[in-house]
Amino acid sequence: MELSYTPAEMMTAVAARELRDGEVVFVGIGLPNLACNLARATHAPNLVLIYESGAVGAVPERLPVSIGDPALVTGSLMVCSMADVFQSLLQNGRIEVGFLGGAQIDRYGNINTTVVGDYVRPKVRLPGSGGAAEIAIHARRTVVIARLERRGFPEAVDFVTSPGLRSKGRTRRELGMPGAGPTRVVTDKGILEADPTDGELVLSAVYPNVDISEVTANVGWSLRCKSRLHPVEPPSERELYLLREVLDPQRLYLKG
Amino acid sequence: MSVRSKVVSMRDAIARYVHDGDTVVIEGFTHLICFAAGHEIIRQQRRNLTLCRLTPDLIYDQMIAAGCARKLVFSWAGNPGAGSLHAFRRAAEGKGQPLELEEYSHFGMVARLSAGAARLPFWTLRNYMGTDLSAANPQIRSVSCPYTGETLATVPALNPDLTIVHAQRADADGNAQIWGLLGVQKEAAFASRHVIVVVEELVDESVIRADPNRTAIPGLIVDAVVVEPWGAHPSYAQGYYDRDNQFYVGWERISRDPAALDRYLAEFVFGVENRAEYVEKNGGLERLRAAERICAGVNYGF
Repeated sequence: MELSYTPAEMMTAVAARELRDGEVVFVGIGLPNLACNLARATHAPNLVLIYESGAVGAVPERLPVSIGDPALVTGSLMVCSMADVFQSLLQNGRIEVGFLGGAQIDRYGNINTTVVGDYVRPKVRLPGSGGAAEIAIHARRTVVIARLERRGFPEAVDFVTSPGLRSKGRTRRELGMPGAGPTRVVTDKGILEADPTDGELVLSAVYPNVDISEVTANVGWSLRCKSRLHPVEPPSERELYLLREVLDPQRLYLKG
Repeated sequence: MSVRSKVVSMRDAIARYVHDGDTVVIEGFTHLICFAAGHEIIRQQRRNLTLCRLTPDLIYDQMIAAGCARKLVFSWAGNPGAGSLHAFRRAAEGKGQPLELEEYSHFGMVARLSAGAARLPFWTLRNYMGTDLSAANPQIRSVSCPYTGETLATVPALNPDLTIVHAQRADADGNAQIWGLLGVQKEAAFASRHVIVVVEELVDESVIRADPNRTAIPGLIVDAVVVEPWGAHPSYAQGYYDRDNQFYVGWERISRDPAALDRYLAEFVFGVENRAEYVEKNGGLERLRAAERICAGVNYGF
């Protein structure tokens, strides 16, 4: 039987599968929060969730509405100060995966969560970095999750909040960044992957019933495709049950 | 041995320690955000404040709307889990009263307060390469490490005139105990010239001494203690009450409309004398009362 599901549900399920059991994950606000908790409820029960609020090894009994939710504290392995989070965990190199969202993502995986338009006179003022800039710099790899739409995937972002694989023409190594950067960008239509030679995001998978043209039309640069696109399983009955009934029954994250 | 009590009313604490033009930090990361103090600052109509917080949250959105702020120093200005801070956005997008912005990342703000707490001029961090943040904020600079030659980012110390910290409990001298998320409150308090501690419960010194590892802020750096139950609502106090997520979601609608925001301030801030009236006006907040998850104590014996 074919299940019906929304693009947002598909994207979240696929993002959750990016995480391997036992990994240490720095969880960002919004959909990353949902995807990490889905992973923990399915194939990765030993995922170590670290939130910038200081919760280490969080096992939230309800979906945290924010990354400072009290349910992150109850039953966690450790609650530390934010100075410990950023200095002794993140800058220390202990974070294996950074999980981020973003309003704009460009050809090289640079993320903008600061402004649309000019910095001084923005068209839209966004929240800013939070911990995203340092997560993007230090996590050993970063997974990005974002809806694929033309204005969200420009050739170059208006403002680099969180650096990707190449910023202002320079590579991460040239810039002295410890982590590998955004190796995967999970969208609601398919998956983009960083080309290891030049850091450009290329299409590596399209979801069932999505045409490649729907992906390329929503990306602001001429998107290259890998020679073989790998297949992606739709969300399972269990993943959908968890998303709809357990993790986000009020559709806080899965709206649209 | 008993010490001089520092317990005062919120009105007196704000009247004494907040002056027009001051640099003020009300810290607390999602947890223990002292809305009671912010509301009193609004009621006393302080002006030209430099407001600093990692996450301005609803409280600074309200203070910006009320005209208290000249400048905002911050690292993430959204409504966590619920949308935008529209008074902040109107100002940032040139549609409201002018507001100077000085923007970092969380790590940068934590580092600024760490330097402030240690009374160092700046703090180093391996950060900001490849971002536009340092171009947007000339206060983010760099230094060459004298040992390795590595270029490291620097941020200047932040030493506010006043830091306000909400805690679960303190004694009359201000020895304050916090559990749950600790945020950057300790660094902010040590960085500050003056400190007000606001608590859910005033306890005897013996309660503090029975569990000294839980003390985040020692009384020796505290100027005033205010006892204000429910003072962090709509944020939360672990073990006392849950976050009022409905309120956070509802703020989107209120703050989007300047007139609705003014009506909110008129009713829930200017329209009440104090926190107790605020709680009553909200119909009591018992629905948010925390369930019990008591932990076992430890042996401090020797």
